[in-house]
Amino acid sequence: MELTQPHSHNPASEIARQKRAEVVGGGHSFGSMTDKIAAIVLTSKTPIGWFAGFGLAFTLMALGLGSIGALLFLGTGVWGVNVPVGWGFAIINFVWWIGIGHAGTLISAILLLLRQQWRMSISRFAEAMTLFAVACALLFPILHTGRPWLAAYWLLPYPNTMALMPQFRSPLLWDVFAVSTYGTVSLLFWYVGLIPDFGNLRDKAKGFARYIYGFLSLGWRGSAIHWHRYETASLLLAGLATPLVLSVHTVVSFDFSVSVIPGWHATIFPPYFVAGAIYSGFAMVLTIAIPLRKFYGLEDFITMRHLQNMAKVMLATGLIVAYGYAMEAFYGWYSANQYERYMIWNRMTGPYWWAYAALIFCNGLMPQTLWFKKLRSNVSFLFFMSIIVNIGMWLERFVIVVTSLHRDFLPSSWGMYVPTVFDWALFVGTIGLFSTLLFLFIRFLPMIAIFEMRTILPATKEPSPEGTAVQS
Amino acid sequence: MKHPTYGLMAEFDSPHDLVEAAHKAYAAGYRKLDAYSPFPIHGLSEAIGFGEKEDKVPLAVLLGGIAGLSAGLGLQYWASAIYYPLNVGGRPFASWPSFVPVTFELTILLAAFGAVLGMIIMNGFPQPYHPVFNVDRFALASTSQFFLCIESEDPLFEPDRTGEFLKSLQPREVNEVAH
Repeated sequence: MELTQPHSHNPASEIARQKRAEVVGGGHSFGSMTDKIAAIVLTSKTPIGWFAGFGLAFTLMALGLGSIGALLFLGTGVWGVNVPVGWGFAIINFVWWIGIGHAGTLISAILLLLRQQWRMSISRFAEAMTLFAVACALLFPILHTGRPWLAAYWLLPYPNTMALMPQFRSPLLWDVFAVSTYGTVSLLFWYVGLIPDFGNLRDKAKGFARYIYGFLSLGWRGSAIHWHRYETASLLLAGLATPLVLSVHTVVSFDFSVSVIPGWHATIFPPYFVAGAIYSGFAMVLTIAIPLRKFYGLEDFITMRHLQNMAKVMLATGLIVAYGYAMEAFYGWYSANQYERYMIWNRMTGPYWWAYAALIFCNGLMPQTLWFKKLRSNVSFLFFMSIIVNIGMWLERFVIVVTSLHRDFLPSSWGMYVPTVFDWALFVGTIGLFSTLLFLFIRFLPMIAIFEMRTILPATKEPSPEGTAVQS
Repeated sequence: MKHPTYGLMAEFDSPHDLVEAAHKAYAAGYRKLDAYSPFPIHGLSEAIGFGEKEDKVPLAVLLGGIAGLSAGLGLQYWASAIYYPLNVGGRPFASWPSFVPVTFELTILLAAFGAVLGMIIMNGFPQPYHPVFNVDRFALASTSQFFLCIESEDPLFEPDRTGEFLKSLQPREVNEVAH
């Protein structure tokens, strides 16, 4: 990216070029790379598989809409939540989706600050994934209010008819601010990243699409002065998004840890939640990236190096999560508090033992396979692992929420939590919503940040007379 | 006096040629000029005289951050201590530690808006029409080609002499930019 020394051919840049070769393969020029990525949106015939996938996703989303309809018509009684487990699927799925979103911001913000060039080809769709995951997550607390049309009174700082404001000392209100800020900043970051590519698509598109992309590009023309302000804004946004992403899951964990419920009231929650969020987020990026690169032939841009790096991040954060589980058990015993001790014992051997066992299998044992390079470089295995991790992280939230609540202080108020068909339909529906949005994104927006990819092409470093070869 | 053209535009094949040309044009005394590239090139804006000092986006971010901080803290203090003080177990009304998360989030939110709106407004967006789009080959400026435009508003601008100067930089071609 630095171009202070034109025509430099020193050994250092030679080594840097070899390193880049792993991040972008196939000997692409500016034009051929642009054509390859932009063609998916502009010229290629939409593959039949896209329609099949979109149809399936849309069907699942419709199932979720049906569940929402039943909820609004009949009330929250259609869900399995009751005393003593009052939070159930709504909070489990909320935390799961928010966590998935974290990888997108991590890739686009933290790895940008760390100047990790490999992030460039996966940042765009990882950010899209963040936005869609936050959209899915937001549905749950809003629907859990039962009357979402009144939610503004309860969630936003707007006084009700008795002039009362929301409780500013409650983590639930902090959550409203954290998640809405997170969603907004992610959207801004994503849109800013798209502006130059919209300009590019405007110049390449024909017909009506030209106007749409032209409108969205705001009239971008690639001026050096504009690029300067653009780069400053991106860098500062990355600097702002980095503490933001760490704060969001910290605040989400406060929903639990600020309470006095055994199993929730633990200081390890914030770091352990943040690590878990990144862990599940990278798993979801792999779940999406592996089929994408296969179906759209993007192996040159999403290379094995990307997949292996993501597997390493999953291994590292997976170990932090496993440490969190060990510490939870240790605290339970070391607290010498009978309720804490009973909670952890009940979690391991009580009626929900199977969930805890599956959780340890998915998040404690299975990630250890990623120590082996042979398995890290096996694409099918990585895809399988990413699914395992997604399931494991969902189970983690299930275990934390349900096993902590279902047997609390008084045995007379113990109970069991069983999700109903409406709970499952809504959960599956959000997966449908997420996939629907993702399919639309792949079809209408460039899924790889084209302009950023140009900065890491070898042609950027060398003078190459390719103007004649590149015609749009 | 308004020139009949917006300026003269030279096209280059590589980022290196563009940076060199920009340096030479600035050294030759041209000040009303702009360079166009399909990706950010470090040092290019400095070459045409736009450095860190001219960039006011960081200021917009700072102002946004200060606004968010004051709004967050102010809202919670006002609501909890002035507008509707509620005695909960004798705890202080202005319990600032529990105001930290919301204050923090609002600081980030408005600072981010400062960055994005600052960049968009200072760049003069949205601006659907600009004379440079009148050059046919400029459609490649977003893909693979590099352009340097010396504008007719520059005091040194003179169609023939500036054209000769641009040709001396060995561009791919030089085009006149219509208004």
